[in-house]
Amino acid sequence: MLEREKDIRELKNKIEELRRMALEKNADLTEEINILEAKLGKMEAESIRNLSPMDKLALSRLVERPTTLDYIEKIFDGFIELHGDRKFGDDPSIVGGIARLGSLPVTVIGQQKGRDIKENVRRNFGMPRPEGFRKALRLMKQAEKFRRPVICFVDTPGADPGAGAEERGQAEAIARNLMEMINLRVPVISIVIGEGGSGGALALSVADEIWMLEHSVYAILSPEGFASILWKDARRAQEAALKMKITAQDLLAMGLIDKIIPEPPGGAHRDPDRTAAAIKDCLLQVPFDSMLAQGEELPGRRYEKYRKIGSFLESDG
Amino acid sequence: MIRIHKVFKKPRYLVLQQNTSTAGRASAQNQAATQPQVHSSPVIPNGLWGKCEKCGTTIYTKDHIKNHKVCLNCGHHYRLGARERIELIMDTGTFVETDAGLTTLNPLAFEGYEQKLAAEREKTGLKEAVVTGYGKINGHNTVIAVMDSSFIMGSMGSVVGEKITRAFEYATAKKLPIIVFTASGGARMQEGMFSLMQMAKTSAAVARHDQAGGLYISVLTDPTTGGVTASFAMLGDIILAEPGALIGFAGKRVGEQTIKQKLPDGFQRAEFLLEHGFIDQIVPRKNLKLTLSRLLRLHSRL
Repeated sequence: MLEREKDIRELKNKIEELRRMALEKNADLTEEINILEAKLGKMEAESIRNLSPMDKLALSRLVERPTTLDYIEKIFDGFIELHGDRKFGDDPSIVGGIARLGSLPVTVIGQQKGRDIKENVRRNFGMPRPEGFRKALRLMKQAEKFRRPVICFVDTPGADPGAGAEERGQAEAIARNLMEMINLRVPVISIVIGEGGSGGALALSVADEIWMLEHSVYAILSPEGFASILWKDARRAQEAALKMKITAQDLLAMGLIDKIIPEPPGGAHRDPDRTAAAIKDCLLQVPFDSMLAQGEELPGRRYEKYRKIGSFLESDG
Repeated sequence: MIRIHKVFKKPRYLVLQQNTSTAGRASAQNQAATQPQVHSSPVIPNGLWGKCEKCGTTIYTKDHIKNHKVCLNCGHHYRLGARERIELIMDTGTFVETDAGLTTLNPLAFEGYEQKLAAEREKTGLKEAVVTGYGKINGHNTVIAVMDSSFIMGSMGSVVGEKITRAFEYATAKKLPIIVFTASGGARMQEGMFSLMQMAKTSAAVARHDQAGGLYISVLTDPTTGGVTASFAMLGDIILAEPGALIGFAGKRVGEQTIKQKLPDGFQRAEFLLEHGFIDQIVPRKNLKLTLSRLLRLHSRL
């Protein structure tokens, strides 16, 4: 829970207490209660509107925040999970499988974080290893074969930077996904639902459209890692988060994502059902049928989408 | 003028200024006006003599450069700049540079980035961290892109991504092979998500070249890490590496800070990748041009 949410809860309790006292002692505390309620209203409004990038980063990492499996359950019907990369193993930090969106069969893939320490250890805190990316790619290729749209949920601090991942070709696995995803002849929609961290996020988001939940973030590197690289000091993460332009709002303004999906007041965790419904509404508006019919044109369009990203000046030699 | 008696006084190292890079010339002239200096740090030789950073053997600079910056004693491969690399690989006078006029903007309005770029340009004599173009290798036409780790660690921002992409598009259009020499710390932090997206953009260009049946050889040199490794570097039809080159996904510091675990030494070296099946061959620098031209010949479509 965010600090601000704690403050709000405390204030609410205080107001309740005053009300009780007013009843019990038959005293007129209306004025005090009114003042506090006005303050509460203001705090709640502010907690929604004035979220700093660091607040959003905290929100995006909140343990209570709905995860990929939560959304899969709420948005799709009849999810069947598929496991393994057919090369080395099955990485629980990425889940994937087949489900129905309304009546349309789709392939769903996403990074999965845990709710408690035990599950997080099993899920590797949502940091995929090469076998996770390879499983994702296998499922995407399968979707292409059976002409199913691919829907990816992005929620990861980044790809696993450990020794085992290096040994099994972490860089190669990510690179392969980038190269293959561009050429998929079925629609791909990627939705950042929490933390979009670096190459690990990118390997599930070479897509026809990239959407972000209102308070999610997407960054070249975790602000801690960024501060560590640029200033050799991971404790300057707050400053980094400000400068990196990682919020959905910043990224939409820079033209790097396509859509922001609003969250309920206070964040997705306050009302997961409503958040899932908002995502589902957006998905139902995608013309999947016509995109599937024009499958051959999708790689070209996707190429142009990424081709134009860059910020440079051109002059003669 | 060096006076004889000073030579016999035996300073630890006698340093003569060299005028190799254009950028360094002005400062070199300033310093040349002063007396020869005593220099004690055993780094890459700046003067006549130096000490190998790997084995500690005394190195005679002229021999070292003639040997393309490979230690004659231990075979340690020093980093080569993009211009030196082109001179080593391409047939003399055949290299034509392309897209030299691209300069990055500052998309995040990141404080100090413009000054950093200006300083790096001054320091290296390069405009950006990659030089692209085309030319001949032992008579075989090819497109090449050469990264230079001395320019902000060879990091990939908008310009590096754009130049690499254009080099691939040119090779695809002209039905030419392309060789990319990687040397990079990864995506450029100062351009944030624009840099990350260059990974997707360059990989897309590789994919197109691949689909058109074009040959792509990547040569991984020290160091190749981060977003460059996790995009075009690892996507070559043939992947070569220089001996001892550091090649990996996560930078050691980031890895250790993120997972709070010490990483073993030598586990991201070229030899490690060869052993684990991620590169085709380790090629010593002296054989590189010949190896590349033989590969080009085997793939020539006549």
